[in-house]
Amino acid sequence: MLVLKHVSRQFGGLMALQNVAMHIPTGQIVGLIGPNGAGKTTLINCMTGLDHPTAGEIKFDETPIQKKPAHRITALGMARTYQNIRLFGEMTVLENLVVAQHGLGRATLVDSLILTPRHRRENEHLRENGFQLLKRFHLEQNADVLAGNLPYGDQRRLEMARALATNPKLILLDEPTAGMNPVETAELGEQILRMKAEGKTLMVVEHDMSLIAQVCDEIYVLNFGQIIAHGTHEEIKNNSVVVEAYLGQEEGE
Amino acid sequence: MDFISDTLASVGLNEFVITLMFVNAILAMSIYLTLYGGMFSLANAGFMAIGSYVSVILTQNHGWPFFPAILAGMVAAGLIAIPIGLPVLRLRDIYLAIATIGFVEITRIMILNFDKIIAEVYTRLNIDTEPPKITNGPLGIIGIPVETKLEYLVGTVIILSYFMIRMHRSRFGRALAAIRQDENVAASQGINVVYYKNVAFILGAMIAGLGGGFSGHLSRIIQPGSYGFGTAVDILAYSVLGGITSWYGPILGGLALTALPEVLRPLKEYTGLINGVVLLIFIAYLPGGLGDPALWRSVRKTFNRLVNFINKGKTADAGA
Repeated sequence: MLVLKHVSRQFGGLMALQNVAMHIPTGQIVGLIGPNGAGKTTLINCMTGLDHPTAGEIKFDETPIQKKPAHRITALGMARTYQNIRLFGEMTVLENLVVAQHGLGRATLVDSLILTPRHRRENEHLRENGFQLLKRFHLEQNADVLAGNLPYGDQRRLEMARALATNPKLILLDEPTAGMNPVETAELGEQILRMKAEGKTLMVVEHDMSLIAQVCDEIYVLNFGQIIAHGTHEEIKNNSVVVEAYLGQEEGE
Repeated sequence: MDFISDTLASVGLNEFVITLMFVNAILAMSIYLTLYGGMFSLANAGFMAIGSYVSVILTQNHGWPFFPAILAGMVAAGLIAIPIGLPVLRLRDIYLAIATIGFVEITRIMILNFDKIIAEVYTRLNIDTEPPKITNGPLGIIGIPVETKLEYLVGTVIILSYFMIRMHRSRFGRALAAIRQDENVAASQGINVVYYKNVAFILGAMIAGLGGGFSGHLSRIIQPGSYGFGTAVDILAYSVLGGITSWYGPILGGLALTALPEVLRPLKEYTGLINGVVLLIFIAYLPGGLGDPALWRSVRKTFNRLVNFINKGKTADAGA
């Protein structure tokens, strides 16, 4: 579904990403782990068009996307969540999901001015869709609460609902469990597996290895902007390079 | 009706001032649209100048009727907004404000020297006829008949209010609100940020051009000096006083801030001072402005409490 070849991102003298090659197969859940500052979020930004690689190629379903703006990539079927929650805080929970379906709507300003049936039908349809998503994430009681006033765990779930609202094929989750307790984390794992069962492809950036072990089919390890390992959970766990990256090198025997 | 107009006139609000209040309400609405999309643009004084000059030149020099000329001024402002918006809207916050102030000043100076530029073109191209005087430099265009009527302005404000109310509930308005709150996330949700920002900028420019056309046919004279930095800041002040938490905030701000110096006229040299103090009080204590729904809720609550208090007092008296 998503193929990265020789992707590099340079910020001045700093190589944030160097020659990254990745493959996210259709229908699978790929994990991306790495110590803080490894370049995980930069990589997601390059995939979603919020940032652009300085070199290399990213293909999404055979379409090169490395130079496309974010809204085009979303229209192709990619969605994401953010490590530091970025909801539309001044909108209600339901409005967040309605505005998230922007690309699925067609109504223009003129439709809304003269109240065409298209405007009415579309508004109802988007609200209904949004409400279904709220139910799925158990947020329906809070539909009219301002998103900024939601408790932290609910905000995380709303972000996931918002990503799903664009009707994506591929969903990138940037540290979805940050700040969650083990019960919430396990529940989130269930939600992720449910998306996979519905035919979505996912990439999960995480520090929580229990979640990675629970959901991921394969794992990439990023350190200092380079992929240092790739394999199943078992393979990664026993990989000496990975252990070194996290725990440091053992001093002379 | 006479009674109302007499009462208003007694506090300094004659018909001219009331008409001006509504012109400024229209200008305040023009900046609301860009602020709603999170763009801190002060360009609307420049678009006002364009709308004003284009419509006045059409009615004075080319014999156009009033309404087509006003609409032409509005369209002209919108057309000029297209090449301005594309590069300038890449900037944000205070940088956008500075760049748009630059546009306002360039527009003013272009109008000031327009006849000179035309004359220069004539000499370069060796055209022998006398170059026309179009903007008349710093003297401006004088002797414009007053054609702007209060009912036109009230009608325009009503139409624009309807536009704003519908805009909020439209796909377009939701996209703008999303862009204001987080531009990058809005893009990730499939919103074409560049497109929506530019459309809002152009629509704001057209409203400003319309306001400019009305103001040009109100004061008998238009001069480049009336459309500079000061005007840009005035337009911003209307929306600060009125608040941008609701669509009617800028209208209230435009009306109130135009009326205030007239009402305070008996205070002579202190009017400017009081004007400034009022603005400061609003910025410090009522950042939501006059149109803040929360402010009106609390006003209603206080009013209800007062009514209850008076009623209770009455029943207590009756009991005693």
